[in-house]
Amino acid sequence: MSSPLHGLSIDSIRAGLLAKKFSAEELTRQSLAFAEAENPKTNAYLTFSQERALAAAKAVDAKIASGDDPGALAGVPIAVKDVIVTRGLRTTCGSKLLANYVPPYDATAVIRLEQAGGVILGKTNCDEFAMGSSNENSAFGPVRNPVALDRVPGGSSGGSAAVVAQGTALVSLGSDTGGSIRQPASFCGISGVTPTYGRVSRYGLTAFASSLDHIGPFGKTTRDAARLLEVIAGHDKMDATSASAPVPNYVAALDGNVKGMKLGLPREYFEGLASETGDLVMAAVEELKKLGCEVRDIQLPHTPFAVAAYYIIATAEASANLARYDGVRYTTRSASAGTLTDMYRLTREEGFGDECKRRIMLGTYVLSAGYYDAYYLKAQKARRLITQDFEQAFEQVDAIVAPVSPFPAFKLGEMVNDPTAMYLSDIYTVTGDLAGIPCMSVPCGLTAEGLPVGLQILTRHFNESTMFRIADAYEKASN
Amino acid sequence: MADLANLALRDDEVVRMAQDLSGILTHIDKLNELNTSNVEPMAQVLFDAEETATLREDQERPTLTNAEAVRNAAVTSGGYYKVPRVIER
Repeated sequence: MSSPLHGLSIDSIRAGLLAKKFSAEELTRQSLAFAEAENPKTNAYLTFSQERALAAAKAVDAKIASGDDPGALAGVPIAVKDVIVTRGLRTTCGSKLLANYVPPYDATAVIRLEQAGGVILGKTNCDEFAMGSSNENSAFGPVRNPVALDRVPGGSSGGSAAVVAQGTALVSLGSDTGGSIRQPASFCGISGVTPTYGRVSRYGLTAFASSLDHIGPFGKTTRDAARLLEVIAGHDKMDATSASAPVPNYVAALDGNVKGMKLGLPREYFEGLASETGDLVMAAVEELKKLGCEVRDIQLPHTPFAVAAYYIIATAEASANLARYDGVRYTTRSASAGTLTDMYRLTREEGFGDECKRRIMLGTYVLSAGYYDAYYLKAQKARRLITQDFEQAFEQVDAIVAPVSPFPAFKLGEMVNDPTAMYLSDIYTVTGDLAGIPCMSVPCGLTAEGLPVGLQILTRHFNESTMFRIADAYEKASN
Repeated sequence: MADLANLALRDDEVVRMAQDLSGILTHIDKLNELNTSNVEPMAQVLFDAEETATLREDQERPTLTNAEAVRNAAVTSGGYYKVPRVIER
C-alpha cells in the first residue's frame, strides 16, 4: 500500500482542494487509515486524534464550499511531537509520568496551524522529555527508522521525522534543544528546521532547557518546511522570549538563485567524521559551487568545547524545569509514599527513565554550592565564545555548511550503554542551539548501505530566508 | 546528589549513575582548557529590543477554571491539590 500523501505537497493539497479534485475529509480519512495501518512498523505515533482531525477537515471543506479562504495549510495532514501540548488530547512527553496527562490548553504553534486549516492526525513518539539522540529513551518503546527498520530514527524528535519519511503525515512539528530536529531529519532523509531562538513561541512546549528550546518543522521538502514555519512563527504574548520581528514570506525566497552567495566551511566540523558522511557532505558543497556559490574555509575555534558547555547548561535548566513532576499536579503519584518528601522522591524515582535521571543528577550537580562557578558559569562563558565564533564567521560569509551528525543512523541498542559517546555525537548540532541561530538539515544523498545523510546549513539570527534559499536550490539541483 | 534532586535511587542505580556521571564529567573537564577571563556569561539569546518590549498592561483576562486546573492531579479534594500531611499535630 502506498501513502495517500505520496507526491503531494502543502501547495498541491491546497490547489487540489480548491479545484475540488478531492475533499479534506477524504484526504484525512485516507491518511488516518494509512497511518494507523503502518504505525506498528515504526511505533512513530503514540496517539491518533481521529475526531479532532475530521472536525478540522470538515471545517476546511465547509470554508471551500462557502467560498472562504481555507488557509495556507488547508487540509494538510500534520503530526505533532508529544512534548507539545494539545487541549483535550493526551500529551505524554514520552514519559510514564505523563501517560495519562490531558492538557487543558493548546500550544500557540498548534493553535496557529489549526487556524491555517492544518489537520492534526496525532501525536508522535520521542525521547522522554526530549532527552536523547536515538528515540530509545521513550517510555512507550523506541521508534524504528522507516528507511531501515533495524535502525534508530534519531532523536529526540524521532517520531516526527519518521512519520514524514514514512508518508503517515505530510509535515510535522518537532522540538530542538541540542539537535533534536536536525539529527532525526538527517537520519530519516527529510528536511528539518531549527528556527532562530524566539522565532516560534514556546508556549505549550514542555520545558526541557528554556534558553535552548525551539519548536520547528519537518517536511519532505524545504518548501513544505518553510511554508509550515511561516504559519507558526511570529510574536506571541504568551511567550516573553518570542521575537517581535516580522515574519517574512519564506517561500518567496525560494527562487533558486544562490549565485555569488558566500558559504563558509568550518574545518572543525570535518574532524572525526565517518568518511562516507564527509564525502556526501563535500559532494553537496561541490554542487552548491556549481550553482554559483563561493565556498571558503572558516574557523569556529571554540567548537571542541560545545558539547561540554551544552550538557552543563541544558542539564542545569532541565533539573529546574523537571522539578515540577513531583506527584502533586501531573497525574502520577507513587502509591507507596507515606510522607510528603517520600511522595516527591518515590514518584520521581518510579516515573523518570534513566536518561532523565542522569540529566537531573548532572544538572543538580553543576548548580550545587561550590560547583556553580566551575561548571555553570564557565559553561555560560563558553557559550558566549561559541556565539562570537559565529558572529565573526558571518562577517565573512552568508551561511555555513557542515555535517549534521558524525555518522548516519545506527542500529537500535548499538549506543545505549555509552551515554558519553551518545552525547559527543551531538557535536555538530549543539553549537547552533547555543548561539540561537537558524539551522537546518537537508538530505544530501545515501551511503552505500542506503542510509540518508544530511547537509546542515546555518545562518545569522532571523535570516531563515537565506538558509531556505540555499537548501531549496540544492534540493532542486540534486534531484 | 540524588537527595538534592529528590530522587530515591536504588543501590544498583547509584552505582550505574556514578559511573555514567563520572564519564560525562571527565569530558566536561575539557572546559578547564578554555581561558574565559574577561568573558561575560551568556544566559540567554538576546536581541536588540527596548527593556520594556515584553511588558504589557496588567489587565484581567480569562484563565483556566478551577476544575480544569486540578483535573490532572493525582489526588484532589474540594478543588485543591491534596498531599500527605506535612505537620503532625
